[in-house]
Amino acid sequence: MDRLVELLPLFYQSFEETVIMVGISLFISTLLGIPLGVLLVITRPDHLAPNKWVYHSLNVIINVIRSLPFIILMVAIIPFTEFVVGTSIGVEGAIVPLIVYTTPYIARLMETALLEVDRGVIEAYQAMGASRSQIIFRIMIREARPGIVLCLTIATIGLIGATAMAGAVGAGGLGDLALRYGYQQWDIEVMIMTVIILICLVQAIQSLGNWAAKKLKKTA
Amino acid sequence: MIQLTNIHKTYKVGSKQVEALKGVTLHVNKGEIFGVIGFSGAGKSTLLRTINLLEKPTSGSVVVNGQDLLKLSEKELRHARKKIGVIFQHFNLLSSYNVFDNVAEILRMNRVPKEQIRKKVEELLRLVGLEDKASAYPSQLSGGQKQRVGIARALAMDPEILLCDEATSALDPQTTESILDLLLDINQKFNLTIVLITHEMQVIKKICDRVAIMENGVIIEQGTVLDVFSNPQQPTTRNFIKTVFDDQVPKEMLAKIKNAGPSAYILRVAFRGDAALDPVLGTLASRYPVRTNLLYGSISSIKGTALGILLLHISGEEKAVQEGIAYLRESVYRVDVVSQEEVGR
Ligand SMILES: Nc1ncnc2c1ncn2[C@@H]1O[C@H](COP(=O)(O)OP(=O)(O)OP(=O)(O)O)[C@@H](O)[C@H]1O
Ligand SMILES: [Mg+2]
Repeated sequence: MDRLVELLPLFYQSFEETVIMVGISLFISTLLGIPLGVLLVITRPDHLAPNKWVYHSLNVIINVIRSLPFIILMVAIIPFTEFVVGTSIGVEGAIVPLIVYTTPYIARLMETALLEVDRGVIEAYQAMGASRSQIIFRIMIREARPGIVLCLTIATIGLIGATAMAGAVGAGGLGDLALRYGYQQWDIEVMIMTVIILICLVQAIQSLGNWAAKKLKKTA
Repeated sequence: MIQLTNIHKTYKVGSKQVEALKGVTLHVNKGEIFGVIGFSGAGKSTLLRTINLLEKPTSGSVVVNGQDLLKLSEKELRHARKKIGVIFQHFNLLSSYNVFDNVAEILRMNRVPKEQIRKKVEELLRLVGLEDKASAYPSQLSGGQKQRVGIARALAMDPEILLCDEATSALDPQTTESILDLLLDINQKFNLTIVLITHEMQVIKKICDRVAIMENGVIIEQGTVLDVFSNPQQPTTRNFIKTVFDDQVPKEMLAKIKNAGPSAYILRVAFRGDAALDPVLGTLASRYPVRTNLLYGSISSIKGTALGILLLHISGEEKAVQEGIAYLRESVYRVDVVSQEEVGR
C-alpha cells in the first residue's frame, strides 16, 4: 500500500498522458470521421448525392485499414508517421497511428448512426425544398445525435485500448506503465492498479455516453 | 394548376424493368380536391412524387402553376417545391424536435425572422388544434396529432398545393374523419389545391371533387366523384365503389323478375338528394305503359351532396320503355342502362 502511495505521482502522470493521447486523437479522428461517415451515406445510390466511385473507394480504404490490428498498423505506417510529425516514438509518434486507426472506425460508426435516420424524414425535407447541406447538418446529423454520441463513446473506449498498446513505442500512458512495471518487472500491485483505473475509466465513459444519448433521445 | 402529360416512369431493378407509370395524363384545377385511388402497386405514390419531381419521370411533362418543372435548375426546383406541401402516411416528423420546432424548422431554413416564425407557428398550431402541444415531442403524440403536426408543417411556407400520400391510412376511422375535416377546412379557407392518394373509397367520397382510378400504371377512369359514383365504367372502379355502397343484386332475384313486354332493361338511376324523386317515379308509372321493379336503393352523402342510387328494372313495349327512359333522363341526375352481369352477384 505504501508503495502505491509512493507511485501515485507516476499513476497520475500516466493517466494524464493517456487522457491527452485519447483526447487529441479522438478530436482529430472525429473531425475527419464525421464527414467521411456522411459521405458514406449520401453517396449511396438513391441518396442525396449518389456517387458509386466515391462510395466504393471509401469503402475499400476503410475496410483495409480496419482489418489491421492496431499494433501492426502502428509499425506499418512508421514512415508516414515520421513524415508527418518527424518521429515515430513518444506521444507524438503514437497520435498519428491512433488517428489513422480511429478515423475509419468512427466513419463506419457514423455511417450506421446516420443510416438510422428515417429515409422518409429526409424525403420530407427534400420535398419542402431544403438544400443538401441543410438536410445533412440540420436534419440528418441532428436526428442522429443519440446514435452519434454512442458511436463516439465506443470509439473512445476503442481508443483507450489502442492507446495502451501505444505504450509499446514508449508513448507513455497507462499502457506503458503496465508494460514497464507489470510485464517487465512482474509487479503485481502496479498491474492490478492499472487494470482498476482502466476499468473505471471505461465504465465512466460508457455511462456518460449512455446518459447523454438518453438525454438526446426525446422519447417519453 | 397541375398538368401532367403522358408521364412514363420505368424503374430498373437489377436487369429487370418495372414500368410504374405507363403514359399518365392528369389535370388538376386550382382549389379542387383531387383524389387518386388504386390498389397497392398501381403507381399512385410514383405519380404523386412526380408532381414535385421527387421522382423524375422517364418521359412526359410536369407543369405546376404554369412552370415546366423539368426545365428548372436544381435551385429553381427547390424554390418551386416550397410552394408544394406534402404530408405522408408515416408523418415523417423530426423525432428530436418538439412540435413547435417541427413546424418552425423549414421557416428557419428559409431565414424567416424569429418573431414572424413564432407568430406563424402559433397560428398554424391553432389551425390544426394543437396549440397546447407546442412543446411535446412526436413520440408523445397520437397518430392523429402527429398528422396534424405534419399538416401544420406542410402549410408553413404558404403552399398553393398540398400533396397527401395515404395521409390517413395509418389512422383509425374516427381520426381519419377528423383529419379529412381538417383538410376540407384548409382547402376552403386558403383555396388550397389538394391531391390525395388513398386506397379507401370513403376518403374520396367524403372530400374529393374529382377522382382518378389507377391500375397497373395507367388511369383507367376519371371524372367528378358524383359521376364516377353514379356510373362507374370499369370493374375496378365498381369494386372500389362497392366498398362504400354495395349496389349489387343477388342473381336469383334477377332471374325471378318477370318482364311485362318484349323489352326489358336494368337502369342505374342516380339522383341528387335535393331533387324530388317521388313525383318522378309516380309520373313514370302513370304516364308510360311500363312496368318497373325496384331492385336496389340507397342514398349517401358525397362531399356534402346527397346522391341516391336506384337500380330499376323496366319492361314493356320497346317504344314505351324508350320514352320512359327519356323522361327519366330529363328528370334526374343521370340514368344509365346496365347489364345483368354488371349488377348481379
Ligand atoms: N424505387 C423503386 N424502385 C423500383 N421499383 C419501384 C420503386 N418505387 C416503386 N416501384 C414499383 O413501381 C410500382 C408502383 O409503385 P407505387 O409505390 O407507386 O405504388 P402505389 O400505388 O403507391 O402502392 P401502395 O398503395 O402500396 O403505396 C410498384 O410495382 C413498385 O414495386
Ligand atoms: Mg404508395
